[in-house]
Amino acid sequence: MPVLELQQVRKRFGQRWVLGGVDLVLPEGTATVLIGASGSGKSTLLRCVNLLETVDDGSILLDGGDITAVRADADAVRRRIGVVFQAYNLFPHLSVLDNVTLGPRRAQGVARGEAEGHARDLLSRFGLLEKAADYPDRLSGGQQQRVAIVRALATRPRLLLLDEVTSALDPELVGEVLSLVRDLRGEGMTMLIATHEMGFAREVADEVCFLDAGSVLERGTSQQVLADPQQPRTRQFLQRILTPGA
Amino acid sequence: MVAVDAWSPSPLQVERDRLRRRATLRSRLIAAVSTLAVGTLLVVAVTGSSGWPRVQAQFFDLATARDALPTVAHALLVNLEALLICGVLVPVFGMLIAIARTTQSPVTLPLRILAAAYTDLFRGTPLILVLLVIGFGVPGLRLPYVPTDPLFLGVVALTLTYTSYVAEVFRAGIEAVHPSQRAAARSLGLSYTQTLRFVVLPQAVRKVVSPLLNDLVSLQKDSGLISVIGAIDAVRQAQILTANLGNFTPYLVAGGLFVVMTIPLTRLTDYLAARDSRRRLAGGAL
Repeated sequence: MPVLELQQVRKRFGQRWVLGGVDLVLPEGTATVLIGASGSGKSTLLRCVNLLETVDDGSILLDGGDITAVRADADAVRRRIGVVFQAYNLFPHLSVLDNVTLGPRRAQGVARGEAEGHARDLLSRFGLLEKAADYPDRLSGGQQQRVAIVRALATRPRLLLLDEVTSALDPELVGEVLSLVRDLRGEGMTMLIATHEMGFAREVADEVCFLDAGSVLERGTSQQVLADPQQPRTRQFLQRILTPGA
Repeated sequence: MVAVDAWSPSPLQVERDRLRRRATLRSRLIAAVSTLAVGTLLVVAVTGSSGWPRVQAQFFDLATARDALPTVAHALLVNLEALLICGVLVPVFGMLIAIARTTQSPVTLPLRILAAAYTDLFRGTPLILVLLVIGFGVPGLRLPYVPTDPLFLGVVALTLTYTSYVAEVFRAGIEAVHPSQRAAARSLGLSYTQTLRFVVLPQAVRKVVSPLLNDLVSLQKDSGLISVIGAIDAVRQAQILTANLGNFTPYLVAGGLFVVMTIPLTRLTDYLAARDSRRRLAGGAL
């Protein structure tokens, strides 16, 4: 059974379809990368999966359970999904350790000692242990985003959503964040990733989906979509993004 | 892709919409029934008490209310007058004090100390004491040209006290504007004052609109306190009528009129607060 499955998901804002019937299947341990111009619906799709938006039609299944059902418990669903935002969204009033343990302790009822042990394990694995007592504004953008990823992992999610996690970073800090995501990919974390980093997409994606005006216009392995795109609009998009200024 | 107009939802979505409508209907029904139950219980508890007939005659006498209403309503104009004057003076003075308190230059230190001392003093003193001291103290000084009219002195006391509250509200708003906004404005070449005028204050005021209106509602009803220094306002008038008629109903009439007077502003406050939170949550379902 796939970890995540989208069936004909539709979402509209006013008189415009932001998602016009999207199908998507994420088998366990795979990474799916969404590419497409700003406004193509990547972020809205991620927000729908996390139930931050209500879909207007279609279904989203998490481990086979319909999370778009009216009676679905949104909090319970969100406890099983980790999200990393473009702008980090760390809590400025909490230390790194408290940021990471907030979810497990308050939403999952894990005891403090156990939550902190797990948090320290994760932090040390990603070279952040010495920052545990620091507050977010003391960290660089790259460190903040890595902490945000650790925070998302701390709840042991079934699925990780990454929404353009490097877009707010200085170019020289992008590498440290992407290498972390690469590690997670190696460990078999199921991920749905929206990104503008084509090199990274090529490397981690089991499937690449090109979104255009709310529809998946082209999909396939990174080889197929990125190296040999069939649709003119995909080619156009890749051209624009690979040769900026052209 | 199907145009939004031409689109017909799938059976799944139709079913989902139906369930959602039913859930909404059920919550509304539960809310209505429980409100009704609590209301009925309150009415029964009060009107069923043994002392109710006497209280009803003393406080809820319709004939007395009808007689008292025109006189009390007329006296309410005094409260409205006080409110209008204070409503203009308080925000102006409050803003000036707030600006004085948030200056940063060493030159303005005395200004900051003065502003802080003022707010500390008047925020900490009960309004009724300020009213009594101003209302009976100032006439006692026999200063030339200073009116001794209780309405005038009442307005002075109300303004002094409420300015200190409102100044603190404005100060909180100013301090809540992120420092990067000042940095951006100054780097455009705007002076300190221009930065304040065009960048900081507009954002600060927007942040504090609802607490500000809250203070204004509070000012509206506290205008009834000027009766203690002899102004013939709605409260004082009700007191006189109560003494003459031997019935407490005029007090309730005055109370009712105050509530009616504050309701439009209270609703406006709610509306603005709701609009503000909608804007902050734009595009979210949390």
